[in-house]
Amino acid sequence: MNDAVLAGDVLEYAERWLGEGREVALATVVETWGSAPRPVGSHLVVDAEGNFEGSVSGGCVEGAVVGEALDVIGSGAPRMLEFGVADETAWRVGLSCGGRIRVFVEKIA
Amino acid sequence: MDRNLLHELNRARAARRAAAVVTDTQTGEQRLVPERDASGDPLSDELQRRFRSGRSGLLEDGRTFLTVSVPPPRLVVIGAVHISQALVPLAAVAGLDVSIIDPRTAFSTPERFPGVELIADWPEEALREHPLDDYTALAALTHDPKIDDVPLAEALKAGCFYVGALGSRKTHAKRVERLGAMGLAPEQIARIHAPIGLDIGAQSPAEIAVAVLAQVIQTLRRGRTVAEPAEAKTAA
Repeated sequence: MNDAVLAGDVLEYAERWLGEGREVALATVVETWGSAPRPVGSHLVVDAEGNFEGSVSGGCVEGAVVGEALDVIGSGAPRMLEFGVADETAWRVGLSCGGRIRVFVEKIA
Repeated sequence: MDRNLLHELNRARAARRAAAVVTDTQTGEQRLVPERDASGDPLSDELQRRFRSGRSGLLEDGRTFLTVSVPPPRLVVIGAVHISQALVPLAAVAGLDVSIIDPRTAFSTPERFPGVELIADWPEEALREHPLDDYTALAALTHDPKIDDVPLAEALKAGCFYVGALGSRKTHAKRVERLGAMGLAPEQIARIHAPIGLDIGAQSPAEIAVAVLAQVIQTLRRGRTVAEPAEAKTAA
């Protein structure tokens, strides 16, 4: 439930940032396999400058998610991301814990 | 996500109302479903299950995602008594938002209850300011009907997920009569956990506090009764 509280704060950041006229994308963990660091429903909010609040992993893939979120802010089209040891880029942005996660990224407009 | 949808979701959260965002992850299409509207939704069963568990997740179709937002569970303790001095810190460690209500200012002192919301007022006044809801547990611990009875009745009416009252079976039998006289139905009154706490042979106030907290957690995780008052509200 602490997760729920923290996730909630992220949504408040999203609204506050929108109110300040910033462009915002929301990333949400929608599926996990194996030992994933953050539960389904965890959020990361990103603005067009790459500022972010919240987390979708223990810090392993946030960099990559922020990069994708900037694209989503630009295009407005949502996308699904997948990370894990099976990923070919695992050496770069994989989950060291050996889990796998899917993250949905959407623009808030 | 539509910014108005985000605004409505945050409003529901601030008001301690459960809500879910239904997202088609292929098209990005979304809608917000407040808990009170869940029974009329095409995903009614799934939504009601998830409001009880509080878990977000992808549906079997592999594309519809439910972001479930339920309020953090809260524990309202009636009585700034010895048991409460152990129960309050234990409950806080377990992640519950805790507040204590006791009009007796000799009991309700910040020295006895540091760093916690302490309301030295009659429960009927205090609950007007901080209404009870489905995601709240209430433990009545004063042993004094003048203080315990009204909040117990309010907790049953509000559909609190847990309602417990301190006192022996004999004390409770008299309480059942009084609550009945206050207009509560026998099946409502039967929701009260009394004598309070899991039967672990607790003796000291601290041990009773452990038994009470364990029972609150058990009811939260295994036996939530949120569905009943929610259905009753929809029907009304």
